[in-house]
Amino acid sequence: MAKRTVYIGCGAGFAGDRWDAAVPVVATLARRDGPRYLMFETLAERTLALAQQARIENPEAGYSQYLERYVRPVMRDAKAAGIRIVSNFGAANPLGGARKLLAMAREEGIDGLKVAVVDGDDLTAVMTEAEIRDHAPVEGLDMPEGKMVAANVYLGAQPIAEALALGADIVVVGRCSDPALALGPLLHEFGWPLDDLDRIAAGTLAGHLLECGAQVTGGYFADPGFKDVPDFGRVGFPIAEVTADGAITITKADDTGGLVSHRTVKEQILYEMHDPSAYLTPDVTLDITGVTVKEVGPDRVSVTGARGKPMPPTLKATLSFEGGWLGEGEITYAGPNARRRAELAIDVLRERARGLGTNWPLRFDLIGTVATFDGDDGDLRAGRDYSSDGEYRVRMATRGPDKQMAQWIADEVLSLYCSGPAGGAGVRHRIAPQVTTASILIDRARVNPTARLVEETA
Amino acid sequence: MMSNTVTTKLHAVAHGRTGDKGNRVNISVIPYHDEAWPYLLDQLTPARIQAHFAHKGAGEVTRYELPNLPAMNFVIDDVLQGGVNASLNLDGHGKSLAFHLLDLEVTVPASCVVSG
Repeated sequence: MAKRTVYIGCGAGFAGDRWDAAVPVVATLARRDGPRYLMFETLAERTLALAQQARIENPEAGYSQYLERYVRPVMRDAKAAGIRIVSNFGAANPLGGARKLLAMAREEGIDGLKVAVVDGDDLTAVMTEAEIRDHAPVEGLDMPEGKMVAANVYLGAQPIAEALALGADIVVVGRCSDPALALGPLLHEFGWPLDDLDRIAAGTLAGHLLECGAQVTGGYFADPGFKDVPDFGRVGFPIAEVTADGAITITKADDTGGLVSHRTVKEQILYEMHDPSAYLTPDVTLDITGVTVKEVGPDRVSVTGARGKPMPPTLKATLSFEGGWLGEGEITYAGPNARRRAELAIDVLRERARGLGTNWPLRFDLIGTVATFDGDDGDLRAGRDYSSDGEYRVRMATRGPDKQMAQWIADEVLSLYCSGPAGGAGVRHRIAPQVTTASILIDRARVNPTARLVEETA
Repeated sequence: MMSNTVTTKLHAVAHGRTGDKGNRVNISVIPYHDEAWPYLLDQLTPARIQAHFAHKGAGEVTRYELPNLPAMNFVIDDVLQGGVNASLNLDGHGKSLAFHLLDLEVTVPASCVVSG
């Protein structure tokens, strides 16, 4: 029993990840014996708000636009090999996503595909907006003022395990904790009781290591000369092998690039981790302070020592609001005296934007210096010397409630072509609607997740 | 003990990654060689990290220590100037900030330094 291994691969670590990453993962899993799963994590905090808006415009929409892109290349092989798929690509409409998958199966001539959905993450189904707004936000942010467009609770692994117990080949979830996409299958396979805290913790850690895809196999890690990653353009996505006692081995798809080393695993263990003795999830409070990491073979790293403490009494929910408009524009100055021409452009932009009669915040960057490290006032750049010659890209950014004003401010960058300093080139400018978010903590008794199989509709 | 030490950028001694939550980031610092651990504990104090990010309005800095790995994890409050909700920075999530931290200088035994 202790030797039974569950294999969980990851095919996407965020909405926008590579469409073809799962193909070698599925090919590798198909050569393994035992229970095998493929997870896709596709739902960042604000992605769900955009999906909710899409659903308002079209009731059939609102699942991830990446659902088809990710699943279609592996659908047939996964079904044939018995590899079951778990993903939060249901976004704001898991049922719509499930129906799309069934339609895709019909088009592909795949018979007998069973698809389940997990419902219950939509907080607006059980609470009024006023009641939701009555909760104090966490994580150092204020409650935004704009119109609320989505409110979703992070569900845990239990309803995913229930969906698998119904026989689903694919489980479509909306908002859930990312590690639950791996813990759900492990609960289903091993039947760990919820008070077996160290096992629940190990399954959560396995999910945490998988949830960002290539970030544990050399992606977002490569730093030439210091942290070299072989065959980086074909970086392979991860597979976790987990045994009933909670031992984890991280490896990756066969015949791919990338690497799994103690260093890649350590970086990902601490990614988005705050207090390492108390990583809060819906299923357990994970303590990684006793974790050890050991290379046990080529591209194989064992991770042991996760400890669990009881789950937090509340569930986290993310609220999304309409957040006004971002306006931004960029223009490049190159060659002799480029820096001074760029600085003159900044002076002109500041004068012109203020001349529009707005007090919106303005930020100016000189890309090529310390633009991303700097504060809004440019103090870091001002304290350093940069060559007058070279290549500098001016960026202006602003943000406020009014679309027209955002456009007018951004247009000031474009007008530098004829009215600005000599040699300005390569203007890009745009405005974009913004979504603001806040997180609150919800009484568990208010949330009632359910899992069910979806029948095909003609 | 301090013989044969060198002063170099942290980037040649350790690696790390940023994660964000709201208006906070966490940045891991993982030494290439375990022998660097006590030197980093001594030199990478929360006060020094806070000063290094003060131009971005950094508030409280908490340092969590994981001697098992070994690694340390810095949580820096209020450093995203409003976070992704309000930031005008090209890098609203602060994803590049690990490399700003790795720009700090440290003094360590020469054997702890990786040459690029």
